[in-house]
Amino acid sequence: MARSAHPAAGQGDAPFLRLTSIVKKFGDSVAVDGVSLDITKGEIFALLGSSGCGKSTLLRMLGGFEQPTSGQILLEGQDLVRLPPNERPVNMMFQSYALFPHLTVWDNVAFGLRRDGLPKDEIAERVEKMLAMVQLTPYGKRKPHQLSGGQQQRVALARSLVKRPKLLLLDEPLGALDKKLRERTQLEVVDIIHQVGVTCVMVTHDQEEAMTMASRIGIMSEGQILQVGRPGDIYETPNCMFVADFIGSVNLFKGRVTEDEADHVIIDSPECRHYVSHGITGTPDMEVHVAIRPEKMGIQEAAPGPDDYDNPVEVGFNCAQGTIRDLAYLGDQTIYHVVLGTGAVVKVTKANDARHDEARLANGSSVHVWWWGSDLVVLTQ
Amino acid sequence: MWQGILESFMGHVGRRFVISVPMVFLLLVFAMPFLVVFKISISEVDGVRFVDLLTWVDGVLKLQLKFTNYRVIFFEDDLYLRAYLSSLGFAGITTGICLAIGYPFAYFLARSRPEIRPGLLMLLMLPFWTSFLLRVYAWKMLLADNGVFNNVAIALGVLAEPVKMMNTPFSLTLGMVYTYLPFMVLPLYANLVKMDIRLLEAARDLGASPWQAFWRITVPLSRGGIIAGALLVFIPCVGEFVIPELLGGPQTLMIGRVLWDEFFSNNDWPMASSVAVVMVLLIILPLALFNKFQAESTQGGRR
Repeated sequence: MARSAHPAAGQGDAPFLRLTSIVKKFGDSVAVDGVSLDITKGEIFALLGSSGCGKSTLLRMLGGFEQPTSGQILLEGQDLVRLPPNERPVNMMFQSYALFPHLTVWDNVAFGLRRDGLPKDEIAERVEKMLAMVQLTPYGKRKPHQLSGGQQQRVALARSLVKRPKLLLLDEPLGALDKKLRERTQLEVVDIIHQVGVTCVMVTHDQEEAMTMASRIGIMSEGQILQVGRPGDIYETPNCMFVADFIGSVNLFKGRVTEDEADHVIIDSPECRHYVSHGITGTPDMEVHVAIRPEKMGIQEAAPGPDDYDNPVEVGFNCAQGTIRDLAYLGDQTIYHVVLGTGAVVKVTKANDARHDEARLANGSSVHVWWWGSDLVVLTQ
Repeated sequence: MWQGILESFMGHVGRRFVISVPMVFLLLVFAMPFLVVFKISISEVDGVRFVDLLTWVDGVLKLQLKFTNYRVIFFEDDLYLRAYLSSLGFAGITTGICLAIGYPFAYFLARSRPEIRPGLLMLLMLPFWTSFLLRVYAWKMLLADNGVFNNVAIALGVLAEPVKMMNTPFSLTLGMVYTYLPFMVLPLYANLVKMDIRLLEAARDLGASPWQAFWRITVPLSRGGIIAGALLVFIPCVGEFVIPELLGGPQTLMIGRVLWDEFFSNNDWPMASSVAVVMVLLIILPLALFNKFQAESTQGGRR
């Protein structure tokens, strides 16, 4: 995927953009509540959260459209907070683009360069180059309303890149496109951003978009950043219940630590006993949640044997019995909702990797669901 | 299938009917009176009645069209042309001042907090609740030599003696601006309130100062409102009679008063009708040309 070509982000280098304890209040309500964040040069960073979590406000403060109530924004050591938007080396691609309807595509892209008073031939050269990069050269004379949604999106991208900003802000960059087009465009946009080599902060509520495009993701909720990490880190090692639940789907078991060793932990929950094959930072007898992703679970009628686990010690652990209550066949995979003995419902997905699977389970079957201890994540908050 | 044909037929008829209602209205209240006026303007007067245009006397069909009045207007008496030009001038100045005052007015109205907007709009329209004549008369009281403004200024020692304000181009223009300002503000407001603030943010983001963003984005996008407001002020101002009559003076020659004099002082209906026909053409022709140009330049439509 595109990000593999990307320099290891967020490691080693001095921070290019540093946010320090940013707080933004609107009257009594706190939109952004003490966000600190370092962003490395050249990375694409996604702020991911549901609507109203403060991610757009944070982005608008980077653009200069809102003033932080307190805190500091340093871009290459330069304090941005006091600068009005037109003096910041930052450009933004607005949600649903905000293209100027009375100007042609060409003039939209040239708008920013003209404000800088660049010579005419330099403006022409840079606009042409930018239009070529987003493959819109033949459309220069059209007005925005004469373009398709995907073309408008590319004009907006060209307009925000043509001034060669130090920092590019994307506000729900693909939110206005339909699903098929969005998937294709995501990688195109990443390619263009890498060609230009600009550092980018994007805001999205779509986790697939964030995971496809970004090298690192910050999960936001109620004005705070809960976890920052690469997409894989966030998905496989969420640091709290909110993140685990927000990214993808997850089965959570509430339980109590009964055995706490350096290399494994045993947690008892009403549904089953969990053998976690890695140590945790916690105390014995502590109340915790055990999380397991649906695709990392097995489902079959027979009870799992030693060969089914990666460690035979786990036999007798990490397994629960139940009945299939609902199943959804999605083509590539099937989702099973299994009611366990305690009444809890777990979700298990199984890839349909054979075309005629005789062993496909039917609604109402009595089944065993099981999982590996190495796939369990223990959450203490 | 028959039902489909019936429906499309009904749809067709229905659409024609909907269009025909305003067409009939325009025919009745604009085209017919205009034709009547035009007919009078080319008629010969015989005592107290107009001579028919077509007469049948002794086997001779006679069509008699009298264009003398038009010759007088255009070539013989320069009073009319001066009055037209002066009217266009006053209407133009009034429109310009209304735009200069009305634009910021409408802008702040459109940017005010949504809760207080209905109240502000109500205040804008409040003057319409009192009679137009009454309001114009009130200006007489304010502007007269011993009127409120002069008296206050003298009492405060700002002026030594009264300044003549009534019956001057100043009082006329003031009265017209005062009367027609809401007609400028309302279409501008309707346009500006719809404007997407994010466009201004985008302009600022791309390096425009607030002033540049205003001139490059807000003003071009409000062109529709500016044109509508300007027409609503300019057109009635050209033919305005009441305000020049009450607030104007010897220096404020306007075609509305000339028209009135022809009708009621000279009792020369054909001449008055000719003046009216020329005035209508004077306004309609540039407007039609402008509309044509406008339609061509925005082919494909704007959002």
